[in-house]
Amino acid sequence: MPAPKTEQYPPKSEQYPPDTRQTIVRDAAAIAVATGAYGISFGAIGVASGLSVAQTCALSLLAFTGASQFAFVGIIGGGGALVSAGLAALLLGTRNAFYGVRLASLLNLRGLRRLAGAQFVIDETTAMAVGRRTPELARVGFWSTAILLFSLWNLGTLIGAVAGESLGDPGTYGLDAAAPAAFIALLWPRLTDTRSRAVGAGAALVAVALVPLVPAGIPVLVAGAVAIAVGLRRTAKTPNGTPEPATEEAR
Amino acid sequence: MIWAAVLLTAAGCYLLKLAGLSVPQRILERPAVRRSAALLPVALLAALVAVQTLSTGERLVVDARLAGVGVAIVALILRAPFIVVVALAAATAAVVRLIA
Repeated sequence: MPAPKTEQYPPKSEQYPPDTRQTIVRDAAAIAVATGAYGISFGAIGVASGLSVAQTCALSLLAFTGASQFAFVGIIGGGGALVSAGLAALLLGTRNAFYGVRLASLLNLRGLRRLAGAQFVIDETTAMAVGRRTPELARVGFWSTAILLFSLWNLGTLIGAVAGESLGDPGTYGLDAAAPAAFIALLWPRLTDTRSRAVGAGAALVAVALVPLVPAGIPVLVAGAVAIAVGLRRTAKTPNGTPEPATEEAR
Repeated sequence: MIWAAVLLTAAGCYLLKLAGLSVPQRILERPAVRRSAALLPVALLAALVAVQTLSTGERLVVDARLAGVGVAIVALILRAPFIVVVALAAATAAVVRLIA
């Protein structure tokens, strides 16, 4: 365990064995299965909202960002204008641009690989890439999640679009709690220093406070501003080491 | 018309993703940008967790999800592996809904 951030928890190495390719791919598979099951729900809702099977599947293939897709079909299903549906989807998709800023130096994609990799910059792939011991493991996290989740999300969408709502609400299986639990679990090892904890807690509070006041998508973006504000403050510099020593240096 | 909206939305979502990945290296290397970029996933994902757990659309809601995420946090404190944490959260939420 050479990663400096684990030094604060000496016993950690026993209970948290270091990430390896295998454990990362296994976790990616778990996320992909849970998300793929949610894809079934998206497919069913898409068709119920008045989209064709092909249109619903096109959204999963081409937009490939869950929250935006659900907002899009939700607004159309509720009788909203197509323009509102598109704008809501873009608003929710804007956080992916911020994920990209973080992933840019971690993945170091060029040319065609960047054009291909961009499609997979979403919540799950980012959560699986950040905070790994080495940039190589970050890339394993990103790409294994990208490939497995993209496959199962699209398969799930197709199944749901064809089968309709007969498969039921994902809430019945608790899948709506699985997603936030997975994100907390991935964030957890990174919340070792006071600043990360403060930023995480502050962002969560800001987002929850804003939910009733502004359109969906904005609360999370404003919470992202908390990170930018803290990062811009020179005085907030950590005295010994950046939040991510291992992954920051090697590119 | 729906096709046009689907394709334009998809193109917009893709360009947003690509824009972030395309920020030039020399900008990313500025210390302030590096610090902010390192903290961004923490802030965005923490906010996302809060919103996914406590809201439906533009309303705050307390329901079975909170129980599921609460159990997940306990499991994390007890150092349960990732898959166990996620499975416990889903099972808890499902059971709470079944009972309620």
